[in-house]
Amino acid sequence: MEIRRRKDQIELSELDPFLAELLRQIPASADPGGVPAAEQRLFSPPTNGKKETEMCAEWKMYVEPELRRLFQTATQTVAADLEQLNRNEKAFANRVLRIPTKHADAWLSALNQARLVIAAKNNFTENELNDHFRSPIGSRRDLSLFQVNFYGFLQEFILRELEC
Amino acid sequence: MSCGPRQPGACLVQIKGMEGTTHASNELAGTITTVEPTTEKEARSEEDLDVPWQVVVHNDPVNLMSYVTMVFQRVFGYPREKAERHMLEVHHKGRSVLWSGMRERAELYVQQLHGYLLLATLEKAC
Repeated sequence: MEIRRRKDQIELSELDPFLAELLRQIPASADPGGVPAAEQRLFSPPTNGKKETEMCAEWKMYVEPELRRLFQTATQTVAADLEQLNRNEKAFANRVLRIPTKHADAWLSALNQARLVIAAKNNFTENELNDHFRSPIGSRRDLSLFQVNFYGFLQEFILRELEC
Repeated sequence: MSCGPRQPGACLVQIKGMEGTTHASNELAGTITTVEPTTEKEARSEEDLDVPWQVVVHNDPVNLMSYVTMVFQRVFGYPREKAERHMLEVHHKGRSVLWSGMRERAELYVQQLHGYLLLATLEKAC
């Protein structure tokens, strides 16, 4: 896979079918799917104070729906960009994905949502998350960890491009 | 004071003594309806209003350090060096106080930080 900035786009080329599939999985991976640990991570309480139950209740009522909309808008933008990967080409051919830089914030958010949800669902430890060179992929858990790291790599690249 | 959904918890305090009577006339029916003023409660103590609140960001192993730095720069307008200092404090000490002041503004900051998926809370300053 190659990743580079081309004018107002970030271009991911030479995408093999495996990485293309991981990218396609971003919107689905960002969905907490009713798993409490994932829900709680995306929608954390505004305070740790046990006395602030009223504040937490109001937060749930007023802020959480706004956050849900915000997160959903980002994943929808990313899903629309990912449509490029579904064009009728040879199934095993390498693909190209072009991300408009104006969608960079949506990508950062969706990638972050996906990483947090996957980590919460798998209950990854800090050691596992810091082990960037773990290989080979021998289990579903390994694959999920690879996914978190791959999405993190993309985030880093987008962040670097935003700074330029 | 506006009580919109963007300011959770910010509208619990309502000022006493704002009594007034609103008259809604219904000319066709020839009647005047008197709307009683609402009795407003003071739900927050003075202490709540006086004590400064802190915006605290907590460590989490998933968010990237570069991402957290960018969020601090965007939300608080901090220069990169200051944003990085706070990010490193979160990373090494588990938490960092990013801002302290009035509760309403602190709530808004926490909401923004949650929008960026950071673990942030509101705490009363000691």
